[in-house]
Amino acid sequence: MHHWTKYVRVVEILRIVCLLQASVVYETFLTDAHLRFEANLATFYRIRKDSPALNLYFPRESLKPHSRQESSSKSAFRDHCETLYTRSAGAWRDAGLSGLLNEIANSSAEVPKWLGVSSSCVLALLRWVSSFHSSLFPHLTLSSEEMTAEFSQVLDWSDCAVRGFAWHPHTQKCAVALSDDSIKIYNPKSATTPTLKHRLQRSVAALQWKPLCASALAVACHNCLLVWHVDPTSLSTRPSSGCAQVLSHPGHSPVTSVAWSPNGPLLVSASPRDTALLVWDVAVESCVPLHRVGGGGVTYLSWSPDGSRVLAATPSSLFRVWETRMWTCERWPSLKGRCQSGCWSPDGSRLLFTVQGETVIYALTFTDNPGVPLMMSGGPKAATVVADLSETTLNTPDGDIMVGGEIQSLAWDPRGERLAVHVKGDAGAGRPAMIAVFKTQISPAFKLLPCGFVQGEAGTEPRLMQFNPNYQHGAQLTVCWSNGKITHVPFCFMSAGNPQPGLGGSPSFPLTQGRPADYNNQTLYTELIS
Amino acid sequence: MAWSVLLLLPTTALFVLLSRFSLFHPILWMSECLSLLTSASAIFSFILLCGVVLMVGFFNLEYYTVVPSIACSKIALLGQVLHPRQFVHSLVHCIMGVVVAWCCAFTIGGRYRSLGHPCTQDESSGPEMCLNEYHLVLLLAGAFIGYSHSLVGVVYNMNYVSFHTMQQYKYLRFKGALPLVVKASAVQALYCLRSFLLLYFFMGYAPRAWICKTLDLSINSSIHSLDSVSSLLDLSLLYHLWISGTFLLLTWYITVLLFRIFVTEVHITPLTPYNASIRPTAFLALQDLALLSQHSPSRRLEVFSLSQPGGHPHIWTALSKECLSLLSDLTERLVAHHDTVATNGRAKSQSTGSNKRSTTSSEGSGSYNALSLSLKNAAFRKCSDFVPYFITPQGALSPGFSSIQSPHVMRRGPKLWSASTGEGQPRGHTWLILPMDYFLTHCCLSLQLPEASSQALFADSQVHIWALQGLSHLVAASFSEDQYGIVQTTLPTILSTLLLLQEAVDRHFKLPHTSSKPGHCSCSMGDDSYKTLRFALRSTLKTAVYRITATFGGHLQ
Repeated sequence: MHHWTKYVRVVEILRIVCLLQASVVYETFLTDAHLRFEANLATFYRIRKDSPALNLYFPRESLKPHSRQESSSKSAFRDHCETLYTRSAGAWRDAGLSGLLNEIANSSAEVPKWLGVSSSCVLALLRWVSSFHSSLFPHLTLSSEEMTAEFSQVLDWSDCAVRGFAWHPHTQKCAVALSDDSIKIYNPKSATTPTLKHRLQRSVAALQWKPLCASALAVACHNCLLVWHVDPTSLSTRPSSGCAQVLSHPGHSPVTSVAWSPNGPLLVSASPRDTALLVWDVAVESCVPLHRVGGGGVTYLSWSPDGSRVLAATPSSLFRVWETRMWTCERWPSLKGRCQSGCWSPDGSRLLFTVQGETVIYALTFTDNPGVPLMMSGGPKAATVVADLSETTLNTPDGDIMVGGEIQSLAWDPRGERLAVHVKGDAGAGRPAMIAVFKTQISPAFKLLPCGFVQGEAGTEPRLMQFNPNYQHGAQLTVCWSNGKITHVPFCFMSAGNPQPGLGGSPSFPLTQGRPADYNNQTLYTELIS
Repeated sequence: MAWSVLLLLPTTALFVLLSRFSLFHPILWMSECLSLLTSASAIFSFILLCGVVLMVGFFNLEYYTVVPSIACSKIALLGQVLHPRQFVHSLVHCIMGVVVAWCCAFTIGGRYRSLGHPCTQDESSGPEMCLNEYHLVLLLAGAFIGYSHSLVGVVYNMNYVSFHTMQQYKYLRFKGALPLVVKASAVQALYCLRSFLLLYFFMGYAPRAWICKTLDLSINSSIHSLDSVSSLLDLSLLYHLWISGTFLLLTWYITVLLFRIFVTEVHITPLTPYNASIRPTAFLALQDLALLSQHSPSRRLEVFSLSQPGGHPHIWTALSKECLSLLSDLTERLVAHHDTVATNGRAKSQSTGSNKRSTTSSEGSGSYNALSLSLKNAAFRKCSDFVPYFITPQGALSPGFSSIQSPHVMRRGPKLWSASTGEGQPRGHTWLILPMDYFLTHCCLSLQLPEASSQALFADSQVHIWALQGLSHLVAASFSEDQYGIVQTTLPTILSTLLLLQEAVDRHFKLPHTSSKPGHCSCSMGDDSYKTLRFALRSTLKTAVYRITATFGGHLQ
């Protein structure tokens, strides 16, 4: 990717397309101040033609969410005439030691007195210890679903119709996880849209396609990882559950994040309840747990695009950066909150991350060569603040609007020229959730320039976003909205070395606000080259 | 090995603590343990244990292999178990088990202390020596666990050393594996104990009578003999047996674990055209190739460089030639296997297949004798602190010569008796009676282990995986790093070899009797990654093809 890092004067069109029922309703062209609009219109239509639109709409009413509470249905079906032994065995299988003790303590009429009393005592002791434990790590008191919602990259996960989205790294193909626990695969070149369903595929938190492979899709589920092998040439619309590899490890539930190594067969998975980061060799279904003290779990993983490092966030104010050659890690403690999200620059040299409760983006720069263990190399000593997205008021033709707030997730396009920041907003305070877009430059010095905002139809907010990894004409940001629509926002920039001279006026852009004129040419952040 | 001896110290201390555990007298317990640990006799038994651990380490070194020998049928497995080499292994482990159990009995003390104890049968004859059955049971349990350790080692290929995809530092690997080892030894000891108790319940009188006869001890009739249900279910006896078994297995497993970790450590092999040529005989060198192609740009540059006088890409030529010959070798093997299965009928195909398979596996293990030898040399050098890893004597050969020579090495390889039983046994009986032969063959067929043939075919696939990784990463890197275009000349050959192999592997996976999904491990300590090597190979191959095509993209047309 080194030829992309050369900074070029970029010509930009920001188009926001909102589609209703897969037909174009209106589209807006936003041209940059440096751009001659008419000259690029032709290019634009060509682009539209050869990138088939995968605009999808999943109305929430069409999806029946499964109201499956683990304990709610149990009492309705439980046959209460079972013997104590059967019930104990069932409790042991379902809920482990504490379940067994609970069962024995509850059925004190059938067991000898000493057994009932001692199991109640042990149970009380266990509860006391676990309350102590969860006072250290408050997230352990959450239920699995709440935990997934809390640590997912999706805004308001439990309410979302679309819970996950993944572009294939090599072709125009995407997988969409829906709230009814099914996954649909869309390929514009084929008429079939396979629907993946599996008994164990519950509360999907994340999904990712395997790089350097046509068909493998990793899905982070409630208590296991599924790796689907969906043959792209197959005409079947319902691949059987035999196509899925089930990877599970005791204590590793719920799985909230997965990441494939960009150049190898390895897959890492994380669970907020498990202190270990699991590294799977998927082909042979074996895993190596990497335990480290502190943190109380792993919530979010991101593998750098060059494969040399992995970011692992924990539920406490600590995150780790693993080096993948010898799997040693570097601790980054003393943050204000937990690390919420992070993304890597395409060359793997920079890590941007955000912290829960703060409105700034931090950056870490890794200058060493990847082979050397982190501790011995001159890695970064401290993170630097590169952008502040605290609340501001913008004057737009439609009136003033408030923008900014806490950051939900970050995405960097594969060429390293656009950074999308998903801002949580606050509906009560009149700050809608929105996506702020920055222009970025990685070399020779890291630069960050404000670019614009992406907003949807009135009353909708973005829930999830991802850049399309193989978009030819610049960058394409896919956004899943709260009303179940998925739209694609292309940022067309050309690698033209010479700037366009004639500056035309910007046409009006009803859905894109916030481009203060004085910010236009002002760099928000420039790294000092020492 | 030094480490495992050092680790013996805390393990023994822990054992002492646990074996004398008494809940109600903590202070007495601690002081007793301390005095025991510092006594001279404890030091003597500790030295004995050290000797045992060193012996186990020596046997690991002597018996380990990087290519598992896979028995295709149950008879072949029986042959492996009865093999003289294996017999020596079992016998020595049995004896070592007794020694460890004696140390345990000594440490536990009390009623386990010695084999004989004075007793008075009846008032008239006066005091005489009686057999202490508790001691005997403990010793026999040690022997049994030692033997079963050796047996399980054969059945689950415990002497097979696998290489991990993930590189980790030795200490971290050890730390990660330690809980698993403790758990595995405790569980294994429990299973062994169950079998042992059953055995002793039915056959216990035989060793007891024998010992009494040889050592001239009498049996105390006032005490119940231990082979009754009530006395065998003595909780304290069970606990002591179990904890001794766990201790025994734990020390041995730790030795095995440390040995595996040290053997599979990555070595950096210097790149010269000459030792590049003998790569197939050095597992570690191939592993190094796979790693350097992935992680080290400076060493990749060395591969892509031209020789100074002459300007020939010797290193690349030698490397690619060796890797490609390895891969096409595998393709041929797969195609041959497929042909035998496809042309003959199903029943017949299995018999010929099994013969062929066993010969290939024997040839395979033969050719890698040299390899494991070089690996052993490396390990020896490591122990004696010869830091640089040098290549075996064949290193002086020219690239062309060695590739010609390698098939000879293959054919010359000694046939292991155990691996070739499938072929050898029926033939040995042909001169006897034909029906006998017929019966044996059919016996062989009916006892065929499922999937074993497929496992045997891919037994040495770790080298192929590394060759694939190394080649594909080098080719992908050459897109931007190869200044002279030397890789381009071999690119068509590489691609066609990969695609042929892909085709062969795909066909192999479509055969009946080959499952398409990796199964799950049954034994906790035995390394069964050889069973899943073919899946790893398949996915590596796919990834390799994709990596090359994704890098070169449109340029390939």
